[in-house]
Amino acid sequence: MRIGVFVACLLPFFWILYTAISGSLGPDPAKTLMLFTGEWSLRMLALTLIVSPAYASTGWLLLMKLRRMFGLFAFFYGCVHFFSFAQFYVGWDVSALAKELVERPYITLGFCAWVLMLPLAVTSTRAMQRRLRRNWQRLHRLVYPAAIAACLHLLWQVRSDIGEALFYLVVFCFLLGWRVRRRLERNRRTVAAKASA
Amino acid sequence: MRRLDLIPKIASSEITSETAYLNRRDFVRAAGLAVLPALGALSKNADAAVVSGGKALTYDKATSKADGFLTDEPATPLTDITAYGNFYEFGTDKEDPARFAHEMTVDPWSIEVVGAVNKPGKLHLEDILSGFDLQERIYRLRCVEAWSMVVPWTGFPLASLLERFEPKSNARYVEFQTLYRRNEMRGTRSFSSTIDWPYREGLRMDEAMHPLTLMAVGLYGKTLPNQNGAPVRLVVPWKYGFKSIKSIVRIRLTEKQPVTTWEGLAPREYGFYANVNPTVDHPRWSQATERRLPSSLFRPNRIPTKMFNGYAEQVAHLYAGMDLARYY
Repeated sequence: MRIGVFVACLLPFFWILYTAISGSLGPDPAKTLMLFTGEWSLRMLALTLIVSPAYASTGWLLLMKLRRMFGLFAFFYGCVHFFSFAQFYVGWDVSALAKELVERPYITLGFCAWVLMLPLAVTSTRAMQRRLRRNWQRLHRLVYPAAIAACLHLLWQVRSDIGEALFYLVVFCFLLGWRVRRRLERNRRTVAAKASA
Repeated sequence: MRRLDLIPKIASSEITSETAYLNRRDFVRAAGLAVLPALGALSKNADAAVVSGGKALTYDKATSKADGFLTDEPATPLTDITAYGNFYEFGTDKEDPARFAHEMTVDPWSIEVVGAVNKPGKLHLEDILSGFDLQERIYRLRCVEAWSMVVPWTGFPLASLLERFEPKSNARYVEFQTLYRRNEMRGTRSFSSTIDWPYREGLRMDEAMHPLTLMAVGLYGKTLPNQNGAPVRLVVPWKYGFKSIKSIVRIRLTEKQPVTTWEGLAPREYGFYANVNPTVDHPRWSQATERRLPSSLFRPNRIPTKMFNGYAEQVAHLYAGMDLARYY
């Protein structure tokens, strides 16, 4: 099952790789590549954040086991996205890259999202999880600002039709809202438990 | 009759480059297909078929390079010009126009010319196609999004159209309007679109009367495909592409500067003039360079953008003394 999901998550990557090799990315291939990898990173990020609410309502343990994989795929597509930008847009010209990062706020935000995911990917192993204990969970809450930055990164590039950006923003707001509500409920329960004790 | 069989020498190099280009792509694609046949079947490739336009036109070829009517740069292949572009009435993806523009009816068609003219009236498509001497011009087209193409348009100067309606002396600006037909233009039905339809553009009178300003009815010597603005569109090569309004139904001459669609939507980002200018950046991206299409991943074809898109010699005098950072 996990292998199946793993392969499924890799399919978009092989698809774009194949399309690139066969020269079917269209007249502006760099742009097509950027849109595609960015969108898949965002989708994987959404998938990662759907796991907890989905597990809470179904109790399906397998879902929790897939969370790490989804998160790592979000980072993976984010990496392909970032390196494609560095390679095909600025050609690894460090000063040009730095200029873009400073001057274009939407690029800054996208870069922020990627940087925020970086420590999460590094500490995603079981050993790191054990070593960091409680701090691991605290650290991994960085996924929320990463998701918000990624959404704004998309929204900021819109010229006139905000449909797609709005869709992801609503999805992430819903997923974050669910967590806030759960936190509030838990607090209420502990307060109630203390009061009755 | 001058028909396609009488095309002078200049076209041959472009035609060769186009076919050579296609052959190479087909070959590479075929090689790719052999490697990954399963995925190949899913291919949603960008070479959308030209399903509209494409009727042969009678025209002659521009010969004056000094006037900016021609360029030596290789023309972008027809398949790319038709597959990739912005025509937000059909959606905001670059491939949407090729996918959905065939839903637009372009015959019958007429342009209404009103406002500060002595003889207001209507011009029907037949009159447009038969009433003007058509000429092929090879222009650079620079999109505000920092990509560009080289396009062989077939058309006639806007000036010759305006003269027929006898502009009054108080006519200082020209406003253009694109067709707005919700049931045929799915982009205009998008709930999340922030554009106030119909699409409007404008020019100052001297810009409108400039010999480079073209009303195009054809592409590569044949009538325009719908996605490229059929049946008649404006082409102003020294301005960003959005000024070259497509599928025109109304022209109004006026004393006051009209508010154009993009200017109304984001005045900080898009000005009335929108002259190509590498020294004035769009607030969200640089205008110093452009990607000349078709580009490839390892040969991005990134070239420096020229002042007035390389037409400074012909048009710079129109803006003498103007602060172009302010009037962008």
